[in-house]
Amino acid sequence: MPKDTGIGASQKRREDVRFLTGAGNYTDDINVSGQAYVHFVRSEVAHAKILSIDTAKASELPGVVQIFTGSDFEGVGGLPCGWQVTDRYGEPMQEPPHPILAQEKVRHVGDPIAAVVADTYAQARDAAEAISIDFEELPAVVDMSSALDDGSVKVHDNLKSNLCYDWVLGEADDTKIQEAFDAAAHVTTLELTNQRLVANPMEPRVAVGDYNRASDEHTLYTTSQNPHVIRLLMCAFVLGLPEHKVRVVAPDVGGGFGTKIFHYAEEAFCTFAAKACNRPVKWTSSRTEAFQTDAHGRDHVTKIELALDDANNFTAIRTHTHANMGAYLSTFASSIPTWLHGTLMAGNYKTPAIQVNVRAVFTNTVPVDAYRGAGRPEATFQLERVIDIAARELKVDPIALRRQNFITEFPYETPVALAYDTGDYHGTMDRLEANGDFSGFAARRAESEAQGKLRGLGVNCYIEACGIAPSNIAGALGARAGLYDAATVRVNATGSISVLVGAHSHGQGHETVFPQVIAEMIGIDESQVEIVHGDSSKIPFGMGTYGSRSLAVCGSAMVRATEKVINKAKKIAAHLMEASESDIELKDGTFSVAGTDKSVAWGDVTLTAYVPHNFPLEDLEPGLEETAFYDPANFTFPAGGYACEVEVDPETGHVSVERFTAADDFGNVVNPMIVDGQVHGGLGQGIGQALLENCAYDESGQLLTGSFMDYAMPRADDVPFYSVDHSSQTPCTHNPLGVKGCGEAGAIGSPPAVVNAVIDALQSGGHDVTHIDMPVSPGRVWEAIQK
Amino acid sequence: MSKVTMTVNGRATSGDVEGRTLLSSYLRDTLGLTGTHIGCDTSQCGTCVVHVDGKVVKSCTMLALEADGAVVDTIEGQANADGSLNVIQQAFQDHHGLQCGFCTPGMVMSAAALLKDNPKPSESEIRKYLEGNLCRCTGYHNIVKAILAASGQDVSVVAAE
Repeated sequence: MPKDTGIGASQKRREDVRFLTGAGNYTDDINVSGQAYVHFVRSEVAHAKILSIDTAKASELPGVVQIFTGSDFEGVGGLPCGWQVTDRYGEPMQEPPHPILAQEKVRHVGDPIAAVVADTYAQARDAAEAISIDFEELPAVVDMSSALDDGSVKVHDNLKSNLCYDWVLGEADDTKIQEAFDAAAHVTTLELTNQRLVANPMEPRVAVGDYNRASDEHTLYTTSQNPHVIRLLMCAFVLGLPEHKVRVVAPDVGGGFGTKIFHYAEEAFCTFAAKACNRPVKWTSSRTEAFQTDAHGRDHVTKIELALDDANNFTAIRTHTHANMGAYLSTFASSIPTWLHGTLMAGNYKTPAIQVNVRAVFTNTVPVDAYRGAGRPEATFQLERVIDIAARELKVDPIALRRQNFITEFPYETPVALAYDTGDYHGTMDRLEANGDFSGFAARRAESEAQGKLRGLGVNCYIEACGIAPSNIAGALGARAGLYDAATVRVNATGSISVLVGAHSHGQGHETVFPQVIAEMIGIDESQVEIVHGDSSKIPFGMGTYGSRSLAVCGSAMVRATEKVINKAKKIAAHLMEASESDIELKDGTFSVAGTDKSVAWGDVTLTAYVPHNFPLEDLEPGLEETAFYDPANFTFPAGGYACEVEVDPETGHVSVERFTAADDFGNVVNPMIVDGQVHGGLGQGIGQALLENCAYDESGQLLTGSFMDYAMPRADDVPFYSVDHSSQTPCTHNPLGVKGCGEAGAIGSPPAVVNAVIDALQSGGHDVTHIDMPVSPGRVWEAIQK
Repeated sequence: MSKVTMTVNGRATSGDVEGRTLLSSYLRDTLGLTGTHIGCDTSQCGTCVVHVDGKVVKSCTMLALEADGAVVDTIEGQANADGSLNVIQQAFQDHHGLQCGFCTPGMVMSAAALLKDNPKPSESEIRKYLEGNLCRCTGYHNIVKAILAASGQDVSVVAAE
């Protein structure tokens, strides 16, 4: 019987009403009195030396307040990278400067050169056109492999080469891993590209800087997934401002998907310019700018080898990956192909020897960083494609091959630095086989074939590591940030509760879900609990929302703070009822003394906390507010199995997704409706990657896909209804809610299922195709059919 | 600057606009109706969909001057007279048809136009009709489901509530 309140209830979202009536408060809806507007002049070429910038004419145009160039930012710090990777030789990664406005050179299309602040946005744009920039175009570095050639042009002249790092995880000894391959009965090799993607949240980025001369206080309104992180990075590394004088507000944010984690130049610029111009300064990204400046995702080129023994047990995995960093290191760029990718190469399987090698490369392209899944989709795609190919080569059932190699005993230490706490991969596979109606596939295939179509079924598993932690281990691995989160549970005198949380909700429904947890713990109505988030001046601290961490990390902090509140409330209740604290029970919002009929209501206790007339003042402070910082002991490990059925039109190469079935293990689930929605959204993005999306550059570094006209976003008629199921649950063993996180699973798990299905369809039609790179577009499928 | 007048959500409005001012900017900047969003610059995303004289329009593709004298309806005018959510809005909430909410006003306005012309659309008709409305959060599942439900059709057969 589904619950209708508290943990496990599919509560409708309270935030929906404002969004459905046009009353949302997104950053671009915020206008500060007297604000000016900034327009950035951006590089139209990939690589050039700036010879001169003439702003004289533009400065004279109507409405122009001030024009900024790189020289205005001399002495101001550059944008920092938050993770220092150490390479296989023990050396730190190469870390180039990342200026707010270009200094001497531009390094990608979209690199900002100048900024015009004017009374209106139109005036700023008009004046920008009057700026004259003299530059010497340089050859562009686009292809990662040739970027590493000895004589290659360098993206950063002061670096040794275009290599950011050469990193190894797992078996570092090349000879030893080779021995494992030498001993193999069968080796399957696959070379693939995990293409560059653009996150494209529907809301473009916006920044509004405001400065109060009287108090010397800055306010930045920004489209961020983690306002406190932005404040810390901007204050400590870029502008040198004291944090207590800077407030960062991220109000309603229209989707993030990773690309709104990072600290961007425009945020620092608007903060800086608001003081310099003595006026609020607003920037609203166009979609064109978003394509040129939002950090992109993926962009790996990989060779993976899988070794099996004569009983089809996996014995070794070896991968070599080139990971594109783009022109600069975005905030967490260096960590994605390493600690969020290499660590996942064991997947759901017992493989004793694994070597992951990643070479990160600078190119004259937009920086690449986390996009939904961030490293884990890249790992999953390689592994689950190569397993599928191995199954075909060995003529064994791909599901049976996976099941045979599943990890079944927990905790399990992988050869690539993770310790899985719990899981049941057979359990999710059982759910997948049942819900996917695999037994009916043959009939569906026959039906498709009768209509001249080919039908394929593709299956894969996935595991992800979420709620990245703990801070001390991450720090030892190069993280320059803590990975805890914080929550303050502020109980008001009348018993209602404000929960100040460090997580940020930009579609995840925290305003609905978090109160479900607290209401259940205390036994009060959910409507009595409200979440406050997204404002550094209201919330003590927080690391924000990314990596499917909100409930697992911030939710755990919230639980811990609530436990402290309950403990103190019990002391007050014990005093009121003249009983021993150890005898006090809290149920349904009422404190009672065990074995008696004495009770006192939640509201009476909270009122007493703030009107402490009958209160143990000698033992307790008045008030009822507690804060907890929670630093997880380990990652969480959501896992599952996905299945896709496609129909391929052999005449056109068009692929249609006919069925998609997902079986996930997220541990405990607080709001099943929202979890379903998170999976749906991930599947939409994963299917988009598999079939449609591709961020393309030409040889000169021109961005070919710079708008929604060129970049194929998935639309409603590109996807089917999905079947999702998270009933196979192995609760996380180390956080108080037993939750694992669900935000990225769909995007991580779905691309290989789609491609496996397309290959299955083509092979069923007698086409000898083992792999097609994503996006599996009609053109690529048609070409594969013709070969 | 030119003066425009139009009836927006049943109220007479007027304002001074430049020749280049888009209807979307007039609604957002002049009238403060920020429920109409701007998510692209190529008329692809559909977050700015409104109704002009009863027709569904992407307000970023229309100059404010072109809407002079028109009757314009936006997301802010969609709720019932008592302030409660209308049938489509309610269906979006009931079926979790929105996450970040940014595409939502455009989706609701497009859905309203669809159901006016086609009161019982099929799943396929809904999906095709929404090709001008992008959503990055929902994978479209619950949007399509919500519109089916708003049209009074049984959605219990659709997997996963």
